[in-house]
Amino acid sequence: MENTEILKIENIEKYYGSKSSLTKALNGISFSVEKGEYVAIMGASGSGKTTLLNCISTIDKVSSGHIYVGGKDITKLKGNALNKFRREELGFVFQDFNLLDTMTAYENIALALSIQGVKPHLIETKINGIAKNLGIDEVLKKYPYQMSGGQKQRVAAARAIITEPKLILADEPTGALDSKSAKMLLESFKYLNEDINATILMVTHDAFTASYAKRVIFIKDGKLFNEITKGDKSRKEFFDDIISIVSLLGGDQSDAL
Amino acid sequence: MTLSKLAIKNIRKSIKDYSIYFFTLVIGVIIFYVFNAIESQTIALSVSRRSYETIELMNQFLSTVSIFVAIVLGGLIIYASRFLIKRRNKEFGVYLTLGMSKRKMSVMLFFETLLIGAISLGIGLVLGVAVSQLMSVMVANSFEADMTRFTFVFSPKAAVKSCIYFGIMYVVVIIFNTISVGKCKLIDLLHGDKKSERMSLKNPVLCAVIFLIAAAILGFAYYRMIHILKMNNVNQVGFVLLMGAVSTFFIFWSLSGMMLTLFRGMKGVFFKKLNSFTLRQFSYKANTMVVSMTVICLMLLLTIVLLGTAFSLSRSLNGNIKNLLKTDVYLYKGIDVSGEATEENSEILADLAENGFGKENFSDIVDYYVYCEEGLTEKAYCGDYLEEIKKNYLFIRDENLLMLIKESDYNEIAKLLGQKEIDLEGEEYAIVGNFQPAIDVRNKLLSEKKSIIVNGHELSPKYDKCIVGMVSMIGTPSEEGAYIVPDDVLGEDMRVYERILANYREATDTEKAAMEEKLITILDALWDRDASITYKTREEIKDASTGLASMVTFISMYVGIIFLIASAAVLSLKELSESADNIKRYNVLRRIGTDEKMINGALFKQIGMFFIFPMLLACIHSVVGFKTASVILESMGAKQTVYSLMSTASVILVVYGGYFVLTYFTSKRIIKG
Repeated sequence: MENTEILKIENIEKYYGSKSSLTKALNGISFSVEKGEYVAIMGASGSGKTTLLNCISTIDKVSSGHIYVGGKDITKLKGNALNKFRREELGFVFQDFNLLDTMTAYENIALALSIQGVKPHLIETKINGIAKNLGIDEVLKKYPYQMSGGQKQRVAAARAIITEPKLILADEPTGALDSKSAKMLLESFKYLNEDINATILMVTHDAFTASYAKRVIFIKDGKLFNEITKGDKSRKEFFDDIISIVSLLGGDQSDAL
Repeated sequence: MTLSKLAIKNIRKSIKDYSIYFFTLVIGVIIFYVFNAIESQTIALSVSRRSYETIELMNQFLSTVSIFVAIVLGGLIIYASRFLIKRRNKEFGVYLTLGMSKRKMSVMLFFETLLIGAISLGIGLVLGVAVSQLMSVMVANSFEADMTRFTFVFSPKAAVKSCIYFGIMYVVVIIFNTISVGKCKLIDLLHGDKKSERMSLKNPVLCAVIFLIAAAILGFAYYRMIHILKMNNVNQVGFVLLMGAVSTFFIFWSLSGMMLTLFRGMKGVFFKKLNSFTLRQFSYKANTMVVSMTVICLMLLLTIVLLGTAFSLSRSLNGNIKNLLKTDVYLYKGIDVSGEATEENSEILADLAENGFGKENFSDIVDYYVYCEEGLTEKAYCGDYLEEIKKNYLFIRDENLLMLIKESDYNEIAKLLGQKEIDLEGEEYAIVGNFQPAIDVRNKLLSEKKSIIVNGHELSPKYDKCIVGMVSMIGTPSEEGAYIVPDDVLGEDMRVYERILANYREATDTEKAAMEEKLITILDALWDRDASITYKTREEIKDASTGLASMVTFISMYVGIIFLIASAAVLSLKELSESADNIKRYNVLRRIGTDEKMINGALFKQIGMFFIFPMLLACIHSVVGFKTASVILESMGAKQTVYSLMSTASVILVVYGGYFVLTYFTSKRIIKG
């Protein structure tokens, strides 16, 4: 099992504030993600799910504990080693797309390869391949302002997968999309996971989005609350399971839906 | 918390945004003080009586130019403060939301402006006083004043003037701020950064076509300008300048699209590291800055030409003084052609001796006559070539008689001035001169063996070239040509002028000055009695030409540096004004794992392109600009020199480069978030 473990989180904690008024955003979380898994992390606002993702993506630092990606402890990385790790091992999809507004879709995707020093002639074949499969080959020459939200997010997904990262991190990827676009994006994620065996870790508070994953981890107040796997269940059944846990989570239900 | 305290806190907080504004204000104050302090410095100098008149004129000019400079600086400061207000829209929005009244916000801005103004004025004046000590050395040098007694000069007048002028500018800024605060709407303040992401995109093919057409028109404008200079046809200049300006505009209009097309074709370069991002950033911004880049380019052109011309003028005129003024005094008087022996017709030396200035007061003396042959005019000698001289020199006339000088007289002059002596054999002549346009034409005629007839003798040229030199004392190389002929061909009845070149006997400068004072008093008295002897002295010519040179130099430097600051500051502010968008973009780069080094490199290149392109085009323009300027310079006896180009380049490098570096570091700090 050891060699297929992509992400291993060991008892991480993250504190904010001073000693007198300490906020524990993450309070001893441990779990691991295998290669080829598709995991969703759910929780209400303030449960610590975004902090968790930020720590994994090295945008934020943990206060204690360890995070291993491909066997390497990334909490020990510093400076350019961090950047190198981020561009070579991780792919990102953000809620607000984070595409560069001055560049075309093609150039946005290509940039992820350029900064890795990939030879320019290899870039074209790679992009054309992925664009077709994600249904964005029509918009490659367009600028972000000329695209719909769904198209933008699929371009962002293409940018995340093009470098063949060990792990794709998605932060509320459907948050800014209408339901139709969200569905198309999730189908794309499904394709990435099932057909090209990408490992995806997705943070969401939307049960429908989470139901596309194979495993859902729930966190509450910075701690692991529950975990369910899809197994052989249909997506509808899995969705119902998720909803029942969400209601157990208490808190503000409407926020979790 | 009082509003003034809030103002202080605000400035501390946004010190990085203020750096360019502050830098510009300080430089503005320094320049303003330094050039206005020249007046006090010149008063402190011990210069001759005549220099004072020039200095007076120069100071009047500097005062007038200061008003113009103040207007330019004022515009710049308003522009810069508007940039700062825009940067802080969100902050103002929060104030309004919290219930601060617009009036209170204006008061707060008033305190901020006051504080920044007072600090920059203070620092600017202190630095200005320091820089002006360097300037006083330059002033003294250019007026050839005695610098043995260096004194620290502080000009209260210039300081007060700087305070008043900058005070007025700050008041105008405050008024503008109050108006803009009064007009602003809360919704725009809070959501000002969420403007539409639509970008103006240009058709790359159209850009390439426009670029080529604009470049071709520009080339044609250059060609026309040079042609106009040759033909001396001034009435088309306006049109050609317009053509140059319009094509400059279209070059900047199409530049980014053109570059994008070019680099996207080179996939190996475009998709290397952050090149695609950098070029996109550049083209995005360049599209929004076409007008400013055009204006900046033209201002830089003016700066380059003004500074370059100023430096060469002062240098060449000072060089002329060394090379051309070789005797202490030069006297001449017209001979009455009727030949009657009146008092006017008596020899100069006799006139002087009669009035108490004996020949013994001179050590070296050459007393000679200038002769003319009736009918031997410029037109008769030069023929069709005369038109060619006229192109460069408007003062030559068809009916001007050629100046003839005896060979023996000339050789004495040559000995005194250190020029080549002449040995004519039989019926020969030679030409001495140093006014290049005239010399060029006469050289042609000499090589064609053009002969002249003087007093019945046909003389042929001894040399095929003119001898470089002069037969009088003029501050610029403007001897058009003196014809040296054998002594015996000239008759007494052909004399038109008597001339004297001489040195005083006295050894020291003070004694010489006293002697000159005495001589001038006598000559002025003689002039009043109609015995008109015209005089020129070395000191007088020196004063006049250094005075002129200094005046032109200082004023050109003043205006040139102000233009330079204005263009660099506008570029800088434009570049920083979109830093909010930039933060977002650079953060995306960071998130996808770009190294800081690569990000800084991209930022450096992006800002570099903004500074380089207007400068590059301005430099190309300035080649023709300098050509135009050298026509004016030549008529003043000056030349463009490598030295002046180097000086210009170093001034530009320091100021423009300084702004570039400051912009880069400020920008880097801003995108760090």
